Amino acid sequence: MARVVIDPVTRIEGHLRIETEVNGGRVTDAWSSGTMFRGIELILRGRDPREAWIWAQRICGVCTTVHALASVRAVENALGIEVPANAQIVRNIIAGSQNVQDHVVHFYHLHALDWVDVTLALKADPAKTSQLAQSISNWPKSSTTYFKGVQDRVKALVASRQLSLFSSGDWGHPAYQLPPEANLLAVAHYIEALDMQRDFIRIHAVLGGKNPHLQTFLVGGMSTAIDGNEPEAVINPERITLFNELAARAKEFVQQVYIPDVLAIAGFYKEWFGYGEGLGNFMAYGDLPAGSINDPAGFFFPRGVILNRDLATVHPLDPAKISEYVTHSWYEYSSGDGVGRKPAEGETNPKYSGPKPPYEFLNTDAKYSWLKAPRYDDKPMEVGPLARTLIAYASGDQQVKKTVDGVLAHFNAPPTALFSTLGRIAARAIEADLVVQKLPDWIAQLDDNMSHGNVKIHDGDKWDPESWPKSCAGFGLEEAPRGSLGHWVEIENKKIVNYQAIVPSTWNAGPRDAHGQRGAYEAALVNTPIADPERPLEVLRTVHSFDPCLACAVHVVDAQGKRYGHEIVVTPEPEAAYASTGGF
Amino acid sequence: MEFCGTMAATLALPQAYSQTIATALGQKRKPTLVWLEFQDCAGNSESMLRSTHPTVEEVVLETLSWEYHETIMAGYGKHAEAALQRVVNEEKGKYLVVVEGAIPLGEDGIYCTIGGRTAIDIAREVCRNAAATIAIGSCAWDGGLPSAGINPTGAVGVHEAVPGITLVNLPGCPHNAANTAAVLVHYLTFGALPALDGQNRPLFAYGQLIHDQCERRAHYDAGRFVQAWGDDGHRQGYCLFKMGCKGPETNYNCPTVRWNNSTSWPVKAGHGCIGCASARFWDTKSPFYERLPHPAGFGVDVTAGEIGWTVVAGVAAATAAHGVGHVVRDHFHTSAPSAPPEAESQATTTASTEVK
Repeated sequence: MARVVIDPVTRIEGHLRIETEVNGGRVTDAWSSGTMFRGIELILRGRDPREAWIWAQRICGVCTTVHALASVRAVENALGIEVPANAQIVRNIIAGSQNVQDHVVHFYHLHALDWVDVTLALKADPAKTSQLAQSISNWPKSSTTYFKGVQDRVKALVASRQLSLFSSGDWGHPAYQLPPEANLLAVAHYIEALDMQRDFIRIHAVLGGKNPHLQTFLVGGMSTAIDGNEPEAVINPERITLFNELAARAKEFVQQVYIPDVLAIAGFYKEWFGYGEGLGNFMAYGDLPAGSINDPAGFFFPRGVILNRDLATVHPLDPAKISEYVTHSWYEYSSGDGVGRKPAEGETNPKYSGPKPPYEFLNTDAKYSWLKAPRYDDKPMEVGPLARTLIAYASGDQQVKKTVDGVLAHFNAPPTALFSTLGRIAARAIEADLVVQKLPDWIAQLDDNMSHGNVKIHDGDKWDPESWPKSCAGFGLEEAPRGSLGHWVEIENKKIVNYQAIVPSTWNAGPRDAHGQRGAYEAALVNTPIADPERPLEVLRTVHSFDPCLACAVHVVDAQGKRYGHEIVVTPEPEAAYASTGGF
Repeated sequence: MEFCGTMAATLALPQAYSQTIATALGQKRKPTLVWLEFQDCAGNSESMLRSTHPTVEEVVLETLSWEYHETIMAGYGKHAEAALQRVVNEEKGKYLVVVEGAIPLGEDGIYCTIGGRTAIDIAREVCRNAAATIAIGSCAWDGGLPSAGINPTGAVGVHEAVPGITLVNLPGCPHNAANTAAVLVHYLTFGALPALDGQNRPLFAYGQLIHDQCERRAHYDAGRFVQAWGDDGHRQGYCLFKMGCKGPETNYNCPTVRWNNSTSWPVKAGHGCIGCASARFWDTKSPFYERLPHPAGFGVDVTAGEIGWTVVAGVAAATAAHGVGHVVRDHFHTSAPSAPPEAESQATTTASTEVK
């Protein structure tokens, strides 16, 4: 028996540590630990709820914008605001393009190097690579000369003996199974995908001012003024043309590069349809509304829960069944650590009890993570693209069913094959394809409204805090690229008095609960084959298939938190007395 | 050469320097860079991925040897940590280090560990042995978001965590990759850091007020303001001052370099500046929707509420105010309780005068 540790888990967002127990070439147990803590919700106390989204967005810079959206939805829910149709559509375009861009970056830049040996690309025959490329796609960049050029670039890098980001890779690991030509193809597309994400995300620059950390959300709508007759309006006919161009190019990339690459690479690793299953419980809040956010029936991503791999039944979702445990997390509850607490009554007192750094191993029998353990109806759940795809599939969504069945037929595999490491990768690609096809519809709706003189982008009735009730509370749910995201807010006397976020990676990467139930990563890692405990590449494959985002996952609400260092005491203007002073 | 020309422009160098830059970047042995992430959101890493001139692949594959960067490196676990140690041991005093995220000092640093070591332990070793450290983003500069309010984890910036090192600060939330690339190129070309202000920020990027470079400035001078989100003025691109814009007291080249291949920037997208490149901006610039109490350029006797009425008659005064803006701002800072630290505006003022 050996304890195999990966810390840091790289090519993710944030700081994640995985400890595994390996027996006879297999993982027999696993523990997932988040090793960084900031306390953002605590910092939010006492602030103006209208700006909570600006703060909350910084929970994560990779899934940038998703926390901004969940935050404005929470405050709008608390204040009873329904945003104008134009604002709702702009938010769908922003969230949809985030989903597509994030999935592409995940596959090529965060995940591909678990399957692709960059150094083997040197052994590829560019002519055969060209044949391979043309056999799987009509993508124009597929000539022998093109692949020769990419190969020369890799050669120059290797010859320089300075391999940069690639210097510490596991090259030559026996788990790499692609032929040289597929490696060269993937390396070429790794570089092309950098171009794609850079180009496509300009849609966020127009609609958000910049990416990462967009700056155009407003409680009540968006700041992206829309007017078909004003050249200075953020959304005007010229911009609609640009959105359509960017969306069209993204669609070409997804359908002619991303999807064919996933199918081709997965074809060499079919045994990974048999590893990495995990919990078999899946949850999605649902998102991308056709009209009101309060009408889940119109969601493009349906809402629901699947239990015990049963695709015949989609259970309705009840947010009241969500609770969080800290039994194995570095916090303590006033009511005792053996009981879960609901997010609206969220309580977190950070209390580190792990080993003193530098340390070699965590004491995983005790507390071992900065993540809490969220549960739905006391069950651990997996969230993310696979959960969403399965819920849409099981709900009978015809477009999803057709696409998923097509992929399964390609591999001659049953739907249960989706409960796996490769299933997550396939579901993510399928989802990007569905969303990128949907983008033009939203752009057309926006164009149509604009053409008919509908220039309403913000509902200002509740902008003035004087119009608010003395106290109110609300929540905002969303489907971020990595899964179900929820923000809960409580407002009193125009200030935030409590803020809580439960984030996709907390569901997936969280530790055990009071009943000893593993979190999603931990469960998925059991039974993973390990060829070489010194180089546990296979562990990375399954962990990366969830697309971890750890900065998101670690959070805290606590009124009694310790204070350190340079507190800034801001004396507010009298008329701004509700801001900046809370929490001191 | 197009890239070299862009770089010369960003750095405010004559175009003749394009060739110097090209020659310097063509050298054989690539300098090593390591990128550390602590209490971060990876927004600065993502911003780097969006860099266009140069692209991240040009920087990472051809200009520098980027040996360590958790978000995108191939290696993991102890192999990744070994790569970092190799650089520290074998290239002592020669490599560059980028730091992203704040460094928590509370509870002996246990709020952020990597490979079982604390962030502060890693930062001390890696930054002290580097030729220079580049702190990118507001968190690495002054603690940023994790240090706001009651600062639950004792988060600080690099200059406070590891004093006495050669340091460049590139604040902003996130950093603009065009500026970071320009600093790297300047270092590779001239073997030295670009001219810095009193807070170690490059003058080319932080030497001027957003307000003075803003495309909506003419509307401000003419007294044309957005009064409500989505109103006629908002759709016509009027000034966002009354909606809380912090451009009049924020130094940054956001309006000129813009974002995502120069596509846009927040004010262009209809929202006020939040002052994200200013010192301790989460505390000093919030509430973000409160208009500034005393507008720069109008003297302290004019309150924000009067703007829009008085200004129409005062175009001449407003124009003249450009020249006295710094003096007015200094005056404003002494009288306004929520102003950023006095040192910032003074240092910037002095330095930018020297440059011109």
